[in-house]
Amino acid sequence: MPEFLLEIGTEEIPARMIASAQEELERRLRELLARERLTAARPRGFSTPRRLAVLVSGIPLAQADVSERLTGPAVSVAFRDGQPTAAAHAFAKKAGVEVTKLDRVATPKGEYLSAQITRKGRPACDVIAKSLAKEIASIYWPKSMYWQKPSERFVRPVRWLVAMLDDEVVPFEVGGVRSGNRSRGHRILSPGEVLIPRAGAPYVDALSQACVLDREEREQRIRNALAERATTIPGARWCEDLALLETVVNLTEWPSVIVGSFDGEFLRLPEEILITVMRDHQKYFALRGSEGKLLPHFLAVLNTDGDPQGLIRHGNERVLRARFNDARFFWESDQKHSLRERLPWLKNVTFQKDLGNYYEKTMRVQRLCSWASEIIREAGVEVRPGVVHKAACLAKTDLTTELVKEFTELEGIVGGLYASVQTLDRGMPAATQQLIAEVIYDQYKPKSADDSVPRSMEGAVLSICDKADTIAGMFALGLAPTGSKDPFALRRQANAIVKTIAEHKLPLSLLRLLELARETYRGSAAEQRFNADLSYAEAVQAFFRERFEFYLGEQLGVAYDVVKAVVAAGCDDVSDAVSRAKAVGEVRGSPDFDSISVAFKRIKNILRQARETGKQVAAGVDPAAFREPEEKQLGQQIPLIAALVNSLRQSREYAGALAEISRIRPAVDLFFDRVMVMVEDERLRANRLALLETLLKEFSTIADFSEIVIEGKS
Amino acid sequence: MAENPEKRPTFQELMLRLQSFWGERGCVLQPPFDLEVGAGTMAPETFLRVLGAEPYKVAYLQPSRRPADGRYGENPNRLYKHLQLQVILKPPPEDIQEMYLGSLRAMGIDLTQHDIKFEEDNWEAPTLGAWGIGWQVMLDGLEITQFTYFQQCGGLDLNPISVELTYGLERIAAFLEDVDSIYDIVWTRDPVTGKVMSYRDVRLAEELELSVYNFEMADIDKTWQHFGLCEAECQALLEGYDRLHDNKELSPVEKKRFPLLAAYELCLKCSHLFNVLDARGAISVTERVGVMGRVRALAVGIARAWVDQRTSAPLPEEDAGMVVVANA
Repeated sequence: MPEFLLEIGTEEIPARMIASAQEELERRLRELLARERLTAARPRGFSTPRRLAVLVSGIPLAQADVSERLTGPAVSVAFRDGQPTAAAHAFAKKAGVEVTKLDRVATPKGEYLSAQITRKGRPACDVIAKSLAKEIASIYWPKSMYWQKPSERFVRPVRWLVAMLDDEVVPFEVGGVRSGNRSRGHRILSPGEVLIPRAGAPYVDALSQACVLDREEREQRIRNALAERATTIPGARWCEDLALLETVVNLTEWPSVIVGSFDGEFLRLPEEILITVMRDHQKYFALRGSEGKLLPHFLAVLNTDGDPQGLIRHGNERVLRARFNDARFFWESDQKHSLRERLPWLKNVTFQKDLGNYYEKTMRVQRLCSWASEIIREAGVEVRPGVVHKAACLAKTDLTTELVKEFTELEGIVGGLYASVQTLDRGMPAATQQLIAEVIYDQYKPKSADDSVPRSMEGAVLSICDKADTIAGMFALGLAPTGSKDPFALRRQANAIVKTIAEHKLPLSLLRLLELARETYRGSAAEQRFNADLSYAEAVQAFFRERFEFYLGEQLGVAYDVVKAVVAAGCDDVSDAVSRAKAVGEVRGSPDFDSISVAFKRIKNILRQARETGKQVAAGVDPAAFREPEEKQLGQQIPLIAALVNSLRQSREYAGALAEISRIRPAVDLFFDRVMVMVEDERLRANRLALLETLLKEFSTIADFSEIVIEGKS
Repeated sequence: MAENPEKRPTFQELMLRLQSFWGERGCVLQPPFDLEVGAGTMAPETFLRVLGAEPYKVAYLQPSRRPADGRYGENPNRLYKHLQLQVILKPPPEDIQEMYLGSLRAMGIDLTQHDIKFEEDNWEAPTLGAWGIGWQVMLDGLEITQFTYFQQCGGLDLNPISVELTYGLERIAAFLEDVDSIYDIVWTRDPVTGKVMSYRDVRLAEELELSVYNFEMADIDKTWQHFGLCEAECQALLEGYDRLHDNKELSPVEKKRFPLLAAYELCLKCSHLFNVLDARGAISVTERVGVMGRVRALAVGIARAWVDQRTSAPLPEEDAGMVVVANA
């Protein structure tokens, strides 16, 4: 069976886009072949900065023929006086047979003409040739361009195309480039074209000396070379960094690794700065010694096969030296003005065009921090409001430093580093100053779902309040995220708030926090631009509910139905809702709770039907109106067990509360076995409905059990 | 660092080699544009020429002034005024990347001994309503060129598009000569006496004095006045063109001779004066966005008018005009 090869040769594709594009091309080929009935083996993808390629083996030469029955016009229409009409002739022509050879089939609507026809399968080459251009043009790119016709877009200009079925070229065209059998290798190491004799292994062989086609193979080569080079420095090991590794894998067609050095004097600069320069700006791997200390060496991944004369090492060392010199210059010149002196300078740094500058933000966040610290302290959690206040005051001042202007990714971190080396207040204990520095340092944490939360309680408060201020302002302006649009990364910031509250177990209501945050804008110029028609509280609640669901489901791995059940009982108190979710997750699937869940679903249905049919529910349960022993028993047990559940719930002993709830099960089961709710007697029915309503209300404060999915049922 | 010290070009030779390289590939060699600009892109040879349908190839050196980047001549890597070599190829040839690599060889760089990477870097100039897709070209870890496929300019979609290559000459020279400070670059060496003129000898005083002027002495009120005057005159010209445009009975000659190029020069003056005010710390945050928007409005207005002027009825003696460009 033939093998197929597609290689799209381009100018350098951005490293961050290559892996997903390779996967998408594999998927598109697989789907195309399946759609066209060309069942083949699973495509194998390759990629380098200059190409995306796919090999598929076992492709049939042609689609299989398909036999199908066509139905034509009704016989009454097809024949008049025994002679075929135009309709009969037209159908015969369509079916490719003579009129006399047409069949007749009986249908409920009468007798119809019919014909059995065979559709010839098309050759695989034709089918694929027809579809490739469209498949290639449909690949998703975060950012694409045009280079000839404005209508033809791709990530970078397409410069060659190889498309072959075995040794035969599959002809098509993209962006003025015609497919052929000539590829190219590494720009410098393998200049000129490489003839591809046929698809399959010969493709890989033909390019084996021209570039390293396979991403995983490049990664392995780089890993080996990094480890091997690191051994040339005694005691050194390279700092594994998967994101950086993926970048360099996708920046090279023929990788190799060199080790370079820098002046040990630079090690006096904070490690964060050195690492940022090396990793983010130069894409170097740092090296650490046996005690974890940074060494004055680095590893650089080259897109060539070595550096015999040491010229490349020399050049890279030169660049790094200049960058470090800059950083040191900024570090030193920034010290001429303390963070404190810089506070008023924030009036000249825009926060958001409608929300004013960073000085105003600082003032608001300080106030919010005070309120939040107070609430937390009153709830019995230890926090130092003075530390939070001071840190909030200085938190944004590093935006005026040269170092942050140069290395924007170090905002916050630089402030923390400066706060730890400057005198913040005469007579301030060193430990307090270090805590303040740490709080400033951590203010943007957690930066992503994988990042850790601020280390201290004070850091948690500042991080939350800073983000709440942004979210409050943006929501009040009516700039909540919609769909895929979230330019201010408000979702990420809300995720960070939820995670921080949950992990620090902060006794803080989300709505209260956001209302206080909104309050700090009162009387400001920004407030005049706020959207007055908006229901602020509802909008932020809905927003945070989603974020909380995301946290429970995606980050804590809580089952989806438990998430829904718990959120239905409220999630304004995040750490409380997390505890409830954990407790409910424990009992989910137990026979008692499966049964309770079934019963609660049923109760909800009964109450809904009652509502829809206008049946009365009594205002309260009247014990005197009970008739059957089972309803009396349930009626007696509900208040007894509910009292216990509520007291356990108050003290947040959810496992205990749930155990109590499970004790209601026998009474509920008996009730449904023996008692008919929707009886004719109006008073009796109203009382029974009230009983069920009470049951539902009293036992849904931890979770809405009716949301729980019973295993094996949907 | 070039392999053979003998073959290392001086700064001056570097300029000459790059210009002859692109001249030999059909580019018009222009002298530097004689007004202050922040980047080679702003010179009309790029900003205006990339608009419209006529093919064009040009290369020019362009001193680029960025007042806020001045360091009184004290920083070895940063300058108030640096020198770019700017190349525009409209439309770009298919082998543009290979051609570009050829220009590195022309500088004396043996590519088999170095590490070249094209790393994603998309360029944007909001005040010009211009952006493009491309790379920063990295040579042994040093960014030596910005390589951009222009997509929009003056807020207009381009067709055909242009490739813009911007070489940072000081960086490249410091690399070739293997010096840690720009000021140590050999500008030229007297062939008779062997006496070296360094970058320091040629330019240090200028860096120092203009840093002092931009950061300390530029008269804020007068600079604002200059800005206002240039802006007003530019706007008046644009309005004048609009009136011509609305007047259907006018001869095409009136449109063709209308000085949109002068309007653009006034716009560039505004841009530079804005940069001086910015370096001087005279523009508050609230003003900043607004003033940038004003410069952008001028640039975008000129771009539209210029395209309109190019596409209106041709003059009989067009062949002799500046519009038709030898395309080698």
